[in-house]
Amino acid sequence: MTVSVPEAQKAPKGFRIDLKTAGPLLALVLLIILGYSLNPAFLNEGNVTNLLTRSAFIGIIAVGATFVITAGGIDLSVGSMAAFIAGMMILIMNAAVDSWGASLATVLLGIGCSLILGISAGFINGFLTTKAKIEAFIVTLGTMGIYRSLITYFADGGTLSLNNGAREIYRPVYYDSFLRIPYPVWVFIIVALIGWILMNRTAFGRYCMAIGSNEQVARYSAIKVDRIRTWTYVLQGLCVSLATIIYVPRLGSASSATGVLWELEAIAAVIIGGTVLKGGFGRIGGTVIGALILTAIGNILNLTDIISNYLNGAVQGIIIIAAVYLQRGSLTSKRKKAE
Amino acid sequence: MYIKALALALAATTALAGTAIAQEKIKIGVSIPAATHGWAGGLNWHAQEAEKRIEAANPNIDITLVTADSPADQAGDIEDLVSVQQIDALVVLPFESDPLVEPVRMAKESGAFITVVDRGLPDTSIQDVYVAGNNTELGSVSAEYFKTRLGEGDNIVILRGIPTVIDTERFDAFMKGIEGSGINVLDNQFANWNRDDGFEVMQDFLSRFPDIDGVWAQDDDIAMGVVEAVRQAGREGDMFIVGGAGMKDVIKGIMDGDALIPVDVLYPPAMIATAMDVTVANFTSNGPVQGEYILGAPLVTKDNAEQFYFPDSPF
Repeated sequence: MTVSVPEAQKAPKGFRIDLKTAGPLLALVLLIILGYSLNPAFLNEGNVTNLLTRSAFIGIIAVGATFVITAGGIDLSVGSMAAFIAGMMILIMNAAVDSWGASLATVLLGIGCSLILGISAGFINGFLTTKAKIEAFIVTLGTMGIYRSLITYFADGGTLSLNNGAREIYRPVYYDSFLRIPYPVWVFIIVALIGWILMNRTAFGRYCMAIGSNEQVARYSAIKVDRIRTWTYVLQGLCVSLATIIYVPRLGSASSATGVLWELEAIAAVIIGGTVLKGGFGRIGGTVIGALILTAIGNILNLTDIISNYLNGAVQGIIIIAAVYLQRGSLTSKRKKAE
Repeated sequence: MYIKALALALAATTALAGTAIAQEKIKIGVSIPAATHGWAGGLNWHAQEAEKRIEAANPNIDITLVTADSPADQAGDIEDLVSVQQIDALVVLPFESDPLVEPVRMAKESGAFITVVDRGLPDTSIQDVYVAGNNTELGSVSAEYFKTRLGEGDNIVILRGIPTVIDTERFDAFMKGIEGSGINVLDNQFANWNRDDGFEVMQDFLSRFPDIDGVWAQDDDIAMGVVEAVRQAGREGDMFIVGGAGMKDVIKGIMDGDALIPVDVLYPPAMIATAMDVTVANFTSNGPVQGEYILGAPLVTKDNAEQFYFPDSPF
């Protein structure tokens, strides 16, 4: 069964997709030129690798957020959820090391628990939103507070640190690379590809867009709205879990300061990329570019001292607004053409 | 909020019942920020430890510890301590200085003995005792150490905290301390007293500057992030890192002779225990206690690290 969504019909004309992506891509290219002209070290292999690896956390989470937002929902809990899952992984791995010693199995156990926790946490958000009929904003605001408090509680207000033995085994997941590309970037690439296929080439993606643009019509078209919505939150939870799996080996620690404001960064990446905040239209490619733009801004600010440190936030704000303007500008002109 | 009010009401009834039995009990209220980051976590732990220790040693003293998530929350806590618990003394580490002047003044007017910790109030006439760490000294002690290790033409980078008075005092004192030594500060950036930010800012410093001889992170959480970035770049041999505060992992490293973080400068969360002890002394000692207690910011080295090591503390 297929559903006709305006965007889906337009899809065959591949040229349009390029036009839509042009806005954020143009912003990214301008940013790269700016970065390089301020400091040529910006395009050093080391810096590019750092930048890509860093963007992987927000990027992977933002791919999940693209589905949630496209289907007309929102998830504010992702940052706290990441901190909570990271904390639980560390506690579980430390307990395993105490009983059986550090081995590859310890790390695999931690990763397995992370996946289970992420999927369950996503399901809880989805279930409360669809079955208990509570607005997603409130549900996820609630779970955001719950996970943040739980990590503070388990860490006793301090920092949870992974046992050194397990740390040495786990460390390469963040720091090593395959074909000169670090593993976190590979995970990001794979997640983005799967996300793109799901969004653009499967019924699930079309259902998400249909629900986001008009829930009633989607319901009359026999789409199982609640089930699809819940799935978007489960996907989001899975993405948070994957991001956490590559985050933990970086510093081997989690505290209540972990993942603060990641939810806003992820949502910002999604919107910069051209997905509509009120739902109905989602673009995975744009989200990836959005995540790269956000990370690049911070990186460029660190590579130069022409701007006072106190103004970093202002520069970020201006670039984010400008990036979205570029993308919305192209959307408006297209609409005019259509008329 | 409702549950909190209920809990306070319950606490109040038990407290009232308690008063009936032992009329002469001295009540001390302790109001501090909740454990939202590492240092505050240490603060909470030391406050709880001090509460247990003081109550065990002085049966006539009853300590109530409350933690707040925001300045407004803390103002409410202090009002409750005064009106419901009818405290004889208040030990307060203000979330922010300005918004808490009036609540603390109200406690003072109710007759309570006031001890202010760390973040001073703009109106010092309210407080009886002031206990604080020394941010200026933290900066200058760090600068002294850098001068012993580095000289003319050596390059350092600085990772700062969150733009606040605390950070500015540390930074200004450090810059003044290294003045004239020929040590060259390549750049300074804010890392928000956060490990992740410390890691990322340091990665960027490393790709930007090929020659770094020292890193002043002025905080141990930042320093932990910096260590990972330096290890990733494989430049452990080129530089040393100095943090600040006295986190147990860092102190342990110093005890073990870590070359990457050879020293630390103390800014102890245990200062809350000092403040509580001084407050108790006001009721138990025959000596005067009013005044200002500015704790030193000693340099923690391999020789003295053991006395600053608290393995059970979360920080």
